[in-house]
Order: sequence, then C-alpha cells, then structure tokens
Amino acid sequence: MPKIIESGTETLIPNANNKALSRRQFLGYGAATAALVVGVTACNKDDDNDMPSTGIDLGSGDFGILNYAYALEQLEAAFYTKVIMSPYGSMPAAEMALLTDIRDHEIAHREFFKNALGSNAIAALTPDFSTIDFTNRTSVLGAAKAFEDLGVSAYNGAGKLITNGAYLTIAGKIVSVEARHAAYIRDLISNGTFADGTDANGMDISMEPAAVLTAANTYLTTKVSGTNLPTS
Amino acid sequence: MNVKHIFNEIEKVDPEIYERLDTRRNAMKQFSGIAGKLALTAVPLALGGMLKKAYGQTTTGVLGILNFALTLEYLEAKFYSMGNAAITAGTLMVPTAPAKAALQKIGADETAHVNFLKKAITDSGGVAVTEPTFDFTAGGAFADVFTNYALFLAVAQTFEDTGVRAYKGQAADPALMANNDVLTAALNIHSVEARHASHIRQMRKANGGLVPAGVNVKPWITGKQSGIDSPAVQASYNGEELTTQATINIVNINGLMISADAASEAFDEPLTKQQVLDIVGPFIT
Repeated sequence: MPKIIESGTETLIPNANNKALSRRQFLGYGAATAALVVGVTACNKDDDNDMPSTGIDLGSGDFGILNYAYALEQLEAAFYTKVIMSPYGSMPAAEMALLTDIRDHEIAHREFFKNALGSNAIAALTPDFSTIDFTNRTSVLGAAKAFEDLGVSAYNGAGKLITNGAYLTIAGKIVSVEARHAAYIRDLISNGTFADGTDANGMDISMEPAAVLTAANTYLTTKVSGTNLPTS
Repeated sequence: MNVKHIFNEIEKVDPEIYERLDTRRNAMKQFSGIAGKLALTAVPLALGGMLKKAYGQTTTGVLGILNFALTLEYLEAKFYSMGNAAITAGTLMVPTAPAKAALQKIGADETAHVNFLKKAITDSGGVAVTEPTFDFTAGGAFADVFTNYALFLAVAQTFEDTGVRAYKGQAADPALMANNDVLTAALNIHSVEARHASHIRQMRKANGGLVPAGVNVKPWITGKQSGIDSPAVQASYNGEELTTQATINIVNINGLMISADAASEAFDEPLTKQQVLDIVGPFIT
C-alpha cells in the first residue's frame, strides 16, 4: 500500500521541497506563546481510557491536537482520492462532481495542517482500506459517512483541548465543512437523514480522541497513538 | 455617539432592556446625566456599566454568548415553526413529502436548541433573554416569505449559513474557551447548523430558480455566492471567498490542483457578534 500522499494521481503528489511555516507565521501575529507549555503540562497518563498507545505519537499540547486533525485529514483525503480514481459503477455525474469537491476540500485541509505544523508534523500515514469495496456504492458511501461523522465528532470533542484561540477558530472553520460533507453523504445514502445522528437536544455528539483514534486506526496500516494528547 | 440608537439596537434583541434599566425615560436621563459629566472617551465605559447593571453578567462572558446564541435560535425556531404551520395550512406549497419532513426535522432541532440554551443559561445562574418579536418579511423586503417556497428556502439558507458563521465567531472568546462544557455544547450545535445548511442548499438546488442563472448552489459555500437575488443577504456571504488561512495560501497548495472555488469551500468563515446582529436586525421588530 502506497503512502497516503502518493495514492492520488501524479498531480496530487505534494512538492517535496515544501517549506515549513513557523508557528509565528501560522498565527499571523505573535500571540499565545504559552500555548505549547500549557499543553505539555496538561498531559497526563490516563489509565482508565482506551487510548491507542502504540504507533506514531501525535505529540502533546496544541501541536498534538493539530497532528490529530492532520492524521484524520490524511485518512479522509486518501479515501476520496481513491474514490475518484476508481469510481463505483455508473456514478452519476452530480455525485462525481460533489465527491470530487470533497476530495479537494480534504486535500486542502491535509496540506494546510502539513504546512502549518512544519517540522512538528507527523509523517505521512499508510491507509488500510481493505474493508472497503470501492466498486460498490453502498460500501463507499457507508465508509464516507463513517469518516465524515467521525471527523465532526472528533473536531467537536477536540475544541476544548485547544489552548490557542487562533487554532480553535481554524478548527471551527473546518468542522462545519466536514458537517456539510457529512450531511450530503447521509442524504446520498438516504435522503433526509442529514442530521439523524443528533441527540435529544438536536446536537451532534462529540467524541474524545481515544475513541476517535481507535476507530481511525482500523483504517491505518501505520497506527497513531494519542497517549500524550491533552485530556482537558 | 448616538445613545438613542444604541438603546434601540439593544431593544431589538432584548425588548425588556428598559424594564431592566427602570424605564426608558429614566435610562435616557440617567445616561445623559452621566455622559454630560464625562469626557467623551469615558462614555463607552459608562454605557457598559449601565448595561452590566441591567443584565448582571449576561452581556459579557459565557452567559452573554449563550444569550446571543439563544436569540439566533429563537429566530430560526420561529421561522420554521411559522413555515411549517403555513405548510400545514396549505398556504406554503412544498412540492414533496421528503422536503416537508426535512423542514419538520430542522424546525425540531432549532426548538431543541432554544430549550437547551434556555436551560443552560438558567442552570448557570443567568437570565435567558425573552423571545423577540420577529418580522420575517424584513420590513416587506420578503413579503411573501411564507407563501413562496423558493423565497422561504432562500431565507432558510441565509439563516443557517449565518448561524454557522455566528457560532464560529464566538468559539475563540476567552470566556467560552475557559468553559469546556459550554464550548463543546456550542460546537455540537454549530455543526448541526452546518448540516441543516447543507440540506437546505440541496433543497434549493432541487427546486431550481437560482439567481443568477447558471449559478450552482452546493452543500458548501463557493466563493461568496448565495444564489439568491437579494442584496439584503449578501452580508451573510461576504468574506466566505477567503482562500488564505493563517497566512497559508490554499489555492494550489504544495503544487496540488486546488482551485480558488475549492479553497474557499474548504473553510467556512466566522462573523462577529455585531456583524450577525446587523444581519438579523431587519428581522427583529
């Protein structure tokens, strides 16, 4: 299985000479210099959860959370890249167009995090999509729904773990687009189910990193570990 | 500084402002008295003090954000409740059963958000703002909003897309970031508004008649397009065309083919509280 970043068409291979942006550039201004320190001290070894503990370490503090998002975006981008490279039989043109949009959004998210993290970024992950039948619409859309809903729950659950307001706003800019995707995919599967995953308060259900990573790791050959992520 | 104007704006989101400040006349008198004795630069501070007196903590901090969110949810809940009533009465013609069901589902979510926020405010020791009186014709600009399905969907889309931007704009408020439970709740509502927006946009595409001719409304926002023929809604979309995030240019990022359209779609943009209040102002009488 090729690495995620190489699983697209040739034009999708990132520029290897991409220059990492400094944290200061990411912020756009000098602010919140204490964020990383706070994140590091906030991490602890929580024995009563099922956090995956082997594999590529996402790191700690805000960078850990950004790497967490980067890992999920890598997974989504690789998935849709494959969906568009080998579309299921008689994919309607309208679906092809919007699934291509989603692929491009996920690539944009992935590359954004890669550049923003610079030298702090985790490596490119190797996906394992062996449980997905890319020739079968039901299989593909079922996986897409799982990825999108997981992404929404992951970002919603990670918001409180971020200490830097600029990062939180960026996460907010992305999560609503993931929710738009999730609603569209759900409607493709069954029209009108766009928000059927909500609770009694009409709200989405957030998830902690431990549960998210356990789910995400089932689609990864190289596992990721979140043991050093902040927990509050 | 037009003090009367400020109070009028506050009155739009809180009709009880004068009760909180004793009476309107006393409020004006009190403020004029204060302002007359202060340097101009101190006036905003005096105004803030009066408002704090009126609301306790509700104009600032977490309770202020919750009441702001509640005001928007009141708007949405009432809009769908009136729309769904018009559908039942047969005055708003909706072409398909799935469309009717979707509007019921969205309306139920918005009402649930209202109830959740009211309880959250009360549980936090605050006072929930009372529901404003709404004018969904926006002073006559959308006169047939509850009889014209295309217009109804256009207003719905604007409310949902604006709601997404409004919650996003509050996320990094220090008071919200300091309160994990409320922040997570706000995020869990924020993403549902985006789900609603996605579906309403698909309903509009299915219904046709988008303006300008040939525009493609997708579940996500392309550039700053609304697909709606009304300058009144453009403020809800201005700024969505952004293609640079935290100084990183998303277009063709790292040599990959990412168009400006895709780059703008991939990130939704926030609005400030004031921008949102300016947008919803015409719908509040």
